[in-house]
Amino acid sequence: MNLTLKVWRQKDGKAKGELVTYQIKDVSPDSSFLEMLDMLNENLVNEGKDPAAFDHDCREGICGMCSLYINGEAHGPGRLITTCQLHMRSFKDGETIYIEPFRAAAFPVIKDLVVDRSAFDRIQQAGGYVSVNTSGNTQDANSLPIPKDDADKAFDAATCIGCGACVATCKNSSAMLFVAAKVSQFALLPQGKVEAKRRVLNMVKQMDEEGFGNCTNTGACEVECPKGISLENIARMNREYFSAAITSEE
Amino acid sequence: MALSGFFLLFFLLQHLTINFISVISVDGFNATSHFMGTNPIVQIALQPVLAFGVIFHLMMGMRLELQNRASRPIKYAMNKPAENSSWMSRNMIITGIMIFLFLGMHFYDFWIPELNVKYLQGDMSGLIDPMNPDSGMRYWEELHHKFHDPIRTGLYVLSFVFLGLHLMHGFQSAFQSVGFNHRKYTPTIKKLSNIYAIVVPLGFILVAVYHFMTQS
Repeated sequence: MNLTLKVWRQKDGKAKGELVTYQIKDVSPDSSFLEMLDMLNENLVNEGKDPAAFDHDCREGICGMCSLYINGEAHGPGRLITTCQLHMRSFKDGETIYIEPFRAAAFPVIKDLVVDRSAFDRIQQAGGYVSVNTSGNTQDANSLPIPKDDADKAFDAATCIGCGACVATCKNSSAMLFVAAKVSQFALLPQGKVEAKRRVLNMVKQMDEEGFGNCTNTGACEVECPKGISLENIARMNREYFSAAITSEE
Repeated sequence: MALSGFFLLFFLLQHLTINFISVISVDGFNATSHFMGTNPIVQIALQPVLAFGVIFHLMMGMRLELQNRASRPIKYAMNKPAENSSWMSRNMIITGIMIFLFLGMHFYDFWIPELNVKYLQGDMSGLIDPMNPDSGMRYWEELHHKFHDPIRTGLYVLSFVFLGLHLMHGFQSAFQSVGFNHRKYTPTIKKLSNIYAIVVPLGFILVAVYHFMTQS
């Protein structure tokens, strides 16, 4: 395959970026999108140019590091996949492909296609955990009976890899789906109920402070999420939030 | 947004019901309008609540839009939002502004003249000629006369189309915002949302077109 790439290049967070056009030849349809970018960078290095920076790590859809907005969609065309799981057979020979970083005020560009998603880390630190005493006499988790449906829903929410596709694809750059998944994975389980009120209040507060937009229920996040996190989680978080806001003493 | 939205959804049903009476019965419409226009509970207690609901919904909508625009200062060079969301859900601010502009026209047509007659001229009789008790009630005549103009009727019809587009997302979205998303009931709510968004604006359109078509 021969392709025209329009890649966002930006020297650093302060520099003004632009789309730069590159031609790339003999790309295998069986190669992954990131392997195609590796080819591009190899060409750039051979030409003595600066390679395009992009995030990646596991390259098997688990780590949530890859974060590209490809041809107008987070993680490119296709559903329930991350950028690293996208293959070149999804494109046509001769096609022009736009490659941009995830855009959000809360995700500032560091360089080229790499954005700073530490806002998600700070939201997690605000309450996305369960305080467990690990002194050596930890209770066996199976001693707490949990309905299968609740366990499944909690697990589904916990599959969120925090890639930020929900923010990137939302017209408001809202992080509600991410925060809702992190709230839900605990809210559904008895272990998470102890800190439930404080968790949802603090995580939502941190989300607002980071500058993410508001959810207007377009549902785009659910469609583009590589893990299929459901909007049910946002409704659950809204219930948790209203309940905590009314009854919490903080 | 959702709570004021629910309130306005209820209000629209009440408004449509009264409008429909104008098609069924002249006397019934006159009696209902006179009651609504002169009853102290409606005028002093409910009307300010309605005004607050409308203004609150508008102000919150504008606030959300401004915050949301600021959350993405650099736009995508290539974006395909139609791949993952409906036009109605993405353009609530546009349909909302069109409804707001319609409200300006609607108030100019009905509310301001009503305030003038009742509170500036002090005529609470509801009669066409306050000096003549046999002149008949004015409400139906005024409503009917407003729709003699095809441009005004067309603007009303167009506004109700925007209302329908706004409701198509707004109805179901309000449930999600208050935390109601249930695997068993949400599909029904979405169907109800579409039915409400078609039936209610269509009802308003039919009333406007009825009065336009029956001009003598």
